[in-house]
Amino acid sequence: MGGNMTENTDSGHAYWKANLNLIAICLVIWFVASFGFGLLLRPALSGIAVGGSDLGFWFAQQGSIWVFLGLIFFYAIRMNAIDKKFGVEE
Amino acid sequence: MDLQTLTYIVVGASFALYIGIAFWARAGSTGEFYAAGRGVHPVANGMATAADWMSAASFISMAGLIAFNGYGASVFLMGWTGGYVLLAMLLAPYLRKFGKFTVPEFIGDRFYSSTARIVAVACLIICSITYVIGQMKGVGVAFSRFLEVDASTGLLIGTAIVFLYAVQGGMKGITYTQIAQYCVLILAYTIPAIFISMELTGSFLPQVGLFSDHVSGTPLLTKLDQVVTDLGFGEYTAFTSNPLNMFMYTMSLMIGTAGLPHVIIRFFTVPKVSDARWTAGWSLVFIAILYTTAPGVGAMARLNLMDTIQTGTIGAEDGNLQYENRPDWFKNWETTGLLKFEDKNGDGRIQYYNDKSADFQAKADEFGWKGNELFVDRDIMVLANPEIAKLPNWVIALVAAGGLAAALSTAAGLLMAISSAVSHDLMKGTFTPNITEKQELLYARVAMAVAIVIAAYLGLNPPGFAAQVVALAFGLAASSIFPALMMGIFSKRVNSKGAIFGMLAGILSTLLYIFMYKGWFFIPGTNMLANTTENHFLGIAPEAFGTIGAIINFAVAYVVSSMSAEPPKEIQELVESIRVPKGAGAAIDH
Repeated sequence: MGGNMTENTDSGHAYWKANLNLIAICLVIWFVASFGFGLLLRPALSGIAVGGSDLGFWFAQQGSIWVFLGLIFFYAIRMNAIDKKFGVEE
Repeated sequence: MDLQTLTYIVVGASFALYIGIAFWARAGSTGEFYAAGRGVHPVANGMATAADWMSAASFISMAGLIAFNGYGASVFLMGWTGGYVLLAMLLAPYLRKFGKFTVPEFIGDRFYSSTARIVAVACLIICSITYVIGQMKGVGVAFSRFLEVDASTGLLIGTAIVFLYAVQGGMKGITYTQIAQYCVLILAYTIPAIFISMELTGSFLPQVGLFSDHVSGTPLLTKLDQVVTDLGFGEYTAFTSNPLNMFMYTMSLMIGTAGLPHVIIRFFTVPKVSDARWTAGWSLVFIAILYTTAPGVGAMARLNLMDTIQTGTIGAEDGNLQYENRPDWFKNWETTGLLKFEDKNGDGRIQYYNDKSADFQAKADEFGWKGNELFVDRDIMVLANPEIAKLPNWVIALVAAGGLAAALSTAAGLLMAISSAVSHDLMKGTFTPNITEKQELLYARVAMAVAIVIAAYLGLNPPGFAAQVVALAFGLAASSIFPALMMGIFSKRVNSKGAIFGMLAGILSTLLYIFMYKGWFFIPGTNMLANTTENHFLGIAPEAFGTIGAIINFAVAYVVSSMSAEPPKEIQELVESIRVPKGAGAAIDH
């Protein structure tokens, strides 16, 4: 295992960097959908009506959850592809 | 068939099913006992995780809080789902690659210190016990209604059943039982929601119904806003007066979700690292079915409750429900003590309004109303909902079974986490490494018994509604376990001293803040400051303080680590290796 690690150090770093980049993208979307649209930006978006309330209310009580779901599957699919690309899949 | 008999049959049948499954899938080795032999498919594991994690707080309490707090209760909806994103990306795959049985085991190995491991056990026990208290409150509510006894008696009966149920366990048995419990609880939650949504909005899905028109023609939420404000209550969809608190509260629930040991250990039960990622996704699919239904349930329950009490024009002599003519569900819930009527103006009718609103009280004085006469424990809303909506008896019976399934599955998972921490990490791992497997199991059972007695005692005097007590547990997990795990994976520089001081600073600051407002060890009357927004630091509620605790934890850990030696080379290599999925299969054999 130890020898294997030193051999692959460069690709190991690149793999980890690819993972961190993907996580960063996902967490930005995660934050905007929940804390952004659902909370901090709600007053700014209050003009957009959604069924008896506004877009912020919809994001806080429905939309954010759907976005979370999409994100986790997106991450799993992309990450499995990255595993394969760097040859570290099981 | 009358409701009582039907409820006994449905609940009895569901219990027989769980016990049958637990017997069929009982554990044969410690590997099966702690991690179900790591042979559970991601979809099945996702379903079990959903049941494990969706507790009495989600099933019984949350929609009630939504019903009474409207938009403000979005903290639970976003907080308890958003944490899975963090779990899937920041913790689960790497912890699975590490391939051990418990959370303290990872912390002990990564921070090469048995002190760190013991501190982690202490943090784990503190947050799990707080969490179990919330469950016990929920179990008490469900049993009191189902057996038509006082809520305290209900709690004691519930405690006995949870205890019997949990000790026979083992992770393998628990996992398969939880799959059955998920099916029961999700049917019990969605069927009445669909009925009620059809009735009020004509749309089949509550997710859509909430944003559709009420049968009267106005949008449901507009109508609800109007109905509640007409009686002096705050507008249902109104924005929060304190966005900072809401932000902190939501964040605390999210990182707490990712840091709760009984959720994390689920990810040790899958065969591969990629399966850990899928499991997080499938868990959230099954959780989202309930969580996207809950806002509809809450709003519609509130509307139905208001319409039941305020039958006519506000202020008209015959505008309010006569106490004599109160429906059966009202009488049933009165026996539990969780619904109370007090005829303050002696007119024999029920006035339900917000007497804390000075404007409305002025109007109420003109009507001859002498104060609000109805007291509703928020935790009864989901269980009472199908009765309020006059749904058929089998639906009501099913909801009772669902509430019990939710509380039992989570209590079992938590007791599993507590007992494995005590028997595996403290006894076997630290103090008495030479004990036999049999002795290890005995310690596990004793730990469960002690934990459940403490939880039952505190459940009799709960520091809040089930969902709020549970929120405290999340805050504690957020401030202690999550930061330690994350730093253990994403930093090679954080060392044992940093981790230990970080965890201690995080959990102690959070505990201190909670006890200041909720009473020392949650004992009523011992709080140092009244638990009101004006007294809170920057208006941050004790339930929301976990975020600050987590920041303190991260900061202390980094500062202390940077002042002391970096971790040894083999630890840095360990960190490198858990970041790469390859080789996780091999970890099974250890």
